[in-house]
Amino acid sequence: MNIAINRRHLLAGAGALVVSITLPGVKARAAAAGLDSRLPLKPEQLATYISVNQDGSAVGWIGKVDMGQGTEIGWVKMIAEELDLDPARVTIVQGHTDVTINQGGAAGSTGIWKGGAAMRNAAAEARRVLVEMASEKLGVPVEQLAVNNGVITDKNDANKKVSYGELIGGRHFDVQLEWNKVIGSDLNVKGKAKPKSPSEYKIVGKPGTRRRDVPPKVLGTIEYMVDVKVPGMLHGRMIRPAVAGAVPTAVDEASLKDIPGAKVVWQKGFIGVVAPKEWDAIRAAEKLKVTWSDAKPPFPGNAGLYDYIRKASIVKRDDDVNVGNIEAGFANAAKVVEATYEWPFQSHAPMAPACGVADVRDGEATVWSGTQKPHYGQEGIAKMLDLPVEKVKVVSMSGPGSYGRNDGDDAAMDAAVLSKAVGKPVRVQGMRYEGHGWDPKAPASIHVSRAAIDKDGKVTAWHFDTKAFSKRDFLNNAGVPEHTLAGQLMDLPLKPVHLFGPPDESYNFASMRKTGATVPPLLDRASPLRTAHMRDPGGPQTHFAVESFMDEVALATNTDPVEFRLRYLKEPRDIAVIKAAAEKAGWKPRVGPRKEAKGDVFVGQGIAYAARQGTRVAIVADIEVNKATGKVWARRYTVAHDCGQIVAPDLLRQVIEGNIVQSTSRALWEEVMFDQKNVTSVDWKTYPILDMTEAPEAIDIILIDHPEIAPTGAGEAASRPTAGALANAIFDATGIRLRRAPFTPDRLKAGMA
Amino acid sequence: MAKRIELNVDGKTQTIDADPEMPLLYALRDDLGMSNPRFGCGLAQCGSCTVLLDGQPVRSCVTPVDSVGSSKITTLNGIGTAEKPHKVQAAFIEEQVPQCGYCLNGWVMTSVALLDKTPHPTDAQIREALSGIKCRCGTHVSILRAVKRAAQA
Repeated sequence: MNIAINRRHLLAGAGALVVSITLPGVKARAAAAGLDSRLPLKPEQLATYISVNQDGSAVGWIGKVDMGQGTEIGWVKMIAEELDLDPARVTIVQGHTDVTINQGGAAGSTGIWKGGAAMRNAAAEARRVLVEMASEKLGVPVEQLAVNNGVITDKNDANKKVSYGELIGGRHFDVQLEWNKVIGSDLNVKGKAKPKSPSEYKIVGKPGTRRRDVPPKVLGTIEYMVDVKVPGMLHGRMIRPAVAGAVPTAVDEASLKDIPGAKVVWQKGFIGVVAPKEWDAIRAAEKLKVTWSDAKPPFPGNAGLYDYIRKASIVKRDDDVNVGNIEAGFANAAKVVEATYEWPFQSHAPMAPACGVADVRDGEATVWSGTQKPHYGQEGIAKMLDLPVEKVKVVSMSGPGSYGRNDGDDAAMDAAVLSKAVGKPVRVQGMRYEGHGWDPKAPASIHVSRAAIDKDGKVTAWHFDTKAFSKRDFLNNAGVPEHTLAGQLMDLPLKPVHLFGPPDESYNFASMRKTGATVPPLLDRASPLRTAHMRDPGGPQTHFAVESFMDEVALATNTDPVEFRLRYLKEPRDIAVIKAAAEKAGWKPRVGPRKEAKGDVFVGQGIAYAARQGTRVAIVADIEVNKATGKVWARRYTVAHDCGQIVAPDLLRQVIEGNIVQSTSRALWEEVMFDQKNVTSVDWKTYPILDMTEAPEAIDIILIDHPEIAPTGAGEAASRPTAGALANAIFDATGIRLRRAPFTPDRLKAGMA
Repeated sequence: MAKRIELNVDGKTQTIDADPEMPLLYALRDDLGMSNPRFGCGLAQCGSCTVLLDGQPVRSCVTPVDSVGSSKITTLNGIGTAEKPHKVQAAFIEEQVPQCGYCLNGWVMTSVALLDKTPHPTDAQIREALSGIKCRCGTHVSILRAVKRAAQA
């Protein structure tokens, strides 16, 4: 489908705010004639968030993005609840810089937690205003009015009624909200209305509202990022060096003379090709003769990774938690337990390498991007192209999965640079080696955990220390072009962020310290090992270390792992998830590994727990380890999950399942491989992920609902404890304590030999 | 270099001029303007480009367009409609399987072929048939539920 989007004409002729969007995507958005009639977006205006169509249906305009986890339906439910509208009559427009305000995009599991909170307040205020309008129109006091599916009726006279559509359909609200003066994920607004009390909920917390993107995805009718076609568009491909850090020094354009219309775009370290046909662009990228600078191979290779981290100078130290006096605890200890845990670089490895389409002409730019954060992408692209930000629009499109800052923003920027250079719209998509080899990575880390145990077997001090690569060589958004691959290849000044972060749990030892240090990147510019946020940044690593260690200390104090955790947790919600998971899983109390053999396999059970910004999760893993192959099968998981108020329980279950399977894959298989020159894990053979033959048989989920507690995030928390639960289960099954992830068959076999 | 090639796609015969070595995927997406199958790896390692050739799942990203001949090509979009979805599609919708959904061609088309040959597969047969197809969002458990549901339909 051709999307005939002309920047100025697309929206022309749109009169009233008539919106008939049923799914996210350009086709649907183009059909949403209302775009031109949006008021200037002001964070303190109700019209920025909520509008009512002539038929009385409502639209929620949100500057966040649902990456496929169904967050959209969460927003629908929250808005429908407050408006007293059938959820089927609420649609969402998301992530388009022209029509939504910057609410941070997809970020840190804040979609419902923060984005939903703002939309809920806005919807409550919209209902209040509508009821007030009805009161005036009907001459009936507000208290005497009832709302049912968008119709406001006099409780004493059913004939006196007026609908939302009749009151304001097709016109904008002109209502001022109280805005907290923050842009991005933390943006919040409040009206005079108080949102409903959970006891009044009819929609929130109840199952049933189906996702709207599912049928078009399954029927093959949805438009993804890769399907965007702009008239006159060229296809682009980037060219990456064999040795990371090398830049082109000479380019032989004549090597493309047989490829129709192929052109080279070369600016400093940035080099790509364009051609009218996609297949020709691919061939041109393969054929182009490039001479590269003689870069010194920058990496130690996988084998040298942890040595490098140990020996590396420290760029920044963090002292995140310091409670009591750990020195005294260690000085008076009867026993000290210490263990070191290691986690490799991991790749987003999206289903497809990223794609972006840009049309940069006549001092304006329209960019279609798989980004999680279109508003920041708009700012970064404007800076890179030296355009006023209002001359750049970014349309966020469904991409091939996104769990943080993957290669989506880089592709959008590549497309923008290519399009500006050739003066035509350009679609660029990476090849597979770029998806694995050149996407931003999750950082490798080393964690040293020490505990002091007194003569009574009580833990008196705990010190958790991390030494790692920063988790943000690249910011979590592309608001500045130096935090994109293209920007770094164009020699923009580097502005790295040094940060890793401590674990998030509530173990309550008498004294505790959580410290961290970040080390310099292996290559500081345009590195294939540059780090950026990947689902639960830092979480799987640190909690693998913490939760493995808790089992090690439990053993050192002759305590069952569940009992040990409960002994040191005070927060009732933490205790509740552990108890719920253990009970449902049929936890078998033990001290030390049971090493239970059943035929060809050892079977084992392990527990782990973690918190994440208010959400808490406990997981029991029941696993099998094949004696001959060393393969681990996470056969059954039992998960207890508490994220406060539950908005959409059925969707929440599937989000948790996805977290568990993906984090199982990371724990069992995933490790970025590299030699001295470059990343060598560049496809699914060299970077294996969990296969269907290894998928769990069952994931039993216990949802603990707290309607009275504002919802916290669910997009990432369940990714946290998985590796720890698996490592502990492997120990129970085999007696092997794996302190380095991933838990590959080779490592298991070596341990069992 | 370009050659006139006739393709039978979702019951319609269409003609393109293309490099005979070009993978079928690009013929479908670029020459015929279809929005799926999709490029995932170009190496036959993930399944995102899967179509049926005379009922057999193939990876269109490594299938030279000239090798297709008169075989009937069926795409995800060609097996059902919103009003009349294929039973595998109906089951995937009922189970609300996809998250990003980019990988679905592989799972759905391979499941269609599996159920054609083995209408009532065991859990192990389903897993084996779907082995090698990638899903990054981790929807595997939902996929298993959906294929089992489709087998009962």
